[in-house]
Amino acid sequence: MNDHHHATTYVPKSAFAKWFESRLPIAGLIHSSFVAFPVPRNLNYFWTFGGVLFVMLVLQIVTGVILAMHYTPEATKAFDSVEHIMRNVNYGWLLRYLHANGASMFFVAVYIHIFRNLYYGSYKAPREVLYILGVIIYLLMMATAFLGYTLPWGQMSFWGATVITNILAAIPVVGDAIQSLLWGGYSVGNPTLNRFFSLHYLLPFMIVGVVILHVWALHVPGNNNPAGIDIQSGRDAVPFHPYMTVKDGFSLVVFLIFFAWWVFYMPNYLGHADNYIPANPAVTPAHIVPEWYFLPFYAILRAIPDKLGGVIAMFGSIVVLALVPWLDTSKVRSAVYRPIYKQFFWIWVVVCVILGWLGAKPAEGGYVIAARIATAYYFAHFLVIMPLIGFFEKPKPLPRSIVDSVLGPGASRIPVGAAAAPQAKG
Amino acid sequence: MADAVVSTAEPTRRDFLYLATTAAVGVGAAATVWPLVGAMAPDADTVAAGAPVELDLTPIAEGQIVKVFWRGKLIFVRHRTEAEIKAAQDVNLDALRDPQPDSARVKEGHADWLVVYGNCTHLGCVPLGNSGEYNGWFCPCHGSVFDTSGRIRQGPAPINLPIPPYTFVSDTKIRIGESGATA
Repeated sequence: MNDHHHATTYVPKSAFAKWFESRLPIAGLIHSSFVAFPVPRNLNYFWTFGGVLFVMLVLQIVTGVILAMHYTPEATKAFDSVEHIMRNVNYGWLLRYLHANGASMFFVAVYIHIFRNLYYGSYKAPREVLYILGVIIYLLMMATAFLGYTLPWGQMSFWGATVITNILAAIPVVGDAIQSLLWGGYSVGNPTLNRFFSLHYLLPFMIVGVVILHVWALHVPGNNNPAGIDIQSGRDAVPFHPYMTVKDGFSLVVFLIFFAWWVFYMPNYLGHADNYIPANPAVTPAHIVPEWYFLPFYAILRAIPDKLGGVIAMFGSIVVLALVPWLDTSKVRSAVYRPIYKQFFWIWVVVCVILGWLGAKPAEGGYVIAARIATAYYFAHFLVIMPLIGFFEKPKPLPRSIVDSVLGPGASRIPVGAAAAPQAKG
Repeated sequence: MADAVVSTAEPTRRDFLYLATTAAVGVGAAATVWPLVGAMAPDADTVAAGAPVELDLTPIAEGQIVKVFWRGKLIFVRHRTEAEIKAAQDVNLDALRDPQPDSARVKEGHADWLVVYGNCTHLGCVPLGNSGEYNGWFCPCHGSVFDTSGRIRQGPAPINLPIPPYTFVSDTKIRIGESGATA
């Protein structure tokens, strides 16, 4: 294994670069992190979503900052200011549709990223801290998305804010105090909108901070990979540039085409028509549903026939994710070599999709019963199935090295030709 | 090593300085956080706008439910019919999740008037009046069912619709936000 993350191979060329590098070695840091950084040669396209997510975060911040220049966070003006953005502001419609659909695309990418992690066992040692930082980013994303959804002050905004702040009031002892501090009054109103706007602007920058920690924690052990085995020699790895930069770039272009399809062809499909009705505290929309990316959690919340119990189950469904590195007792990382876990993984994915579907249905009759069964299974997957599989499953034999997993057994003994180092050809 | 023995045997002036400094920093931090958190509490405007409101009951017909706001919170004022009052009174209290006799939820001598907060005690949606199995309220969000006394009968809501503080100023006028002597 080479000395990638301790010393840099960056050599400043100009006199200024030398002078600057000896004072702030940032060019060397970037070079060793995003140019020379060795990544496993078998990374597939599921490994490109970290880069996609970073671009989405930047895009949300850029469109959001410009939208904030035209938006008025005041209860009687907020709704009109959003329509003002749509009708009067140059390209306001584009910025708003990019920002609103961008939130959805952000969650599309993060769910692919999370499912990839759970399939290939990327959460296992030595990447637990990296993984937990990811769970924290996910929580911050959820808070940011919720706060942002309240800002247009339509019916769904208002009642979403009401439902979620009432969820927090279920917390014993301090719940009412937290609710009052969030509301800034006796109910959801103008002070609530003001502070939600402030917090919606703040949280993305906190996400940036945790993302920096996330990337730092990634660069200590390096990437996991589809084989789930460590890099053993230089031939198991390729440099980040050009291999991952090009792969990430291609993936990003495809993702942005998908994104543009929503923005330009069905910009309101993922939203709710009710949010084009100004907030009215006297009338609840007939059917309150959160945005699609919250639906599985909403189904869990409603499945429990007890207010505090529902809230605990909903938060528990995310907390349990953070415990996965210790709930999974198998030493093998990748599901490719775990025949039993692989099947249960896909059952769990289906259960998550079912929960999402149930979250969009009214809370009555058979839907409630189905939601209870799915909720029970969701928790059983992590708390019962995952620990047990590790004891009973007989994993398939692991390849001797990453090179072997790509080129077949014995490949690690054959010398690799110069074809594998295009970056060295100038 | 000798220093360590001395310091454990008897506190030195330096120990005192450490403790005093730490305590001062702690007090200073608390004093700094206090106004920051305090500024998030309801402001003076909001508190002032939360003064009691009066409601004239004469235009409210029997069987009608009127929505009013106090402190931004929705309140239902329901002029109950004889049948609704009887249905609310003839209930086995042991069967209730949040047992309360109907008489404890109305003002004495004014059983025809039910005044309750209009947000479901589950997650705050507005229940629909004159609907649900008990013809009280039905919450369309998560399916809570309330009877004609505003008591929870089915669904996820943990408690009955709460009664706001109010008092009868006269037989036809109530003041919401102020508890009367008979409350």
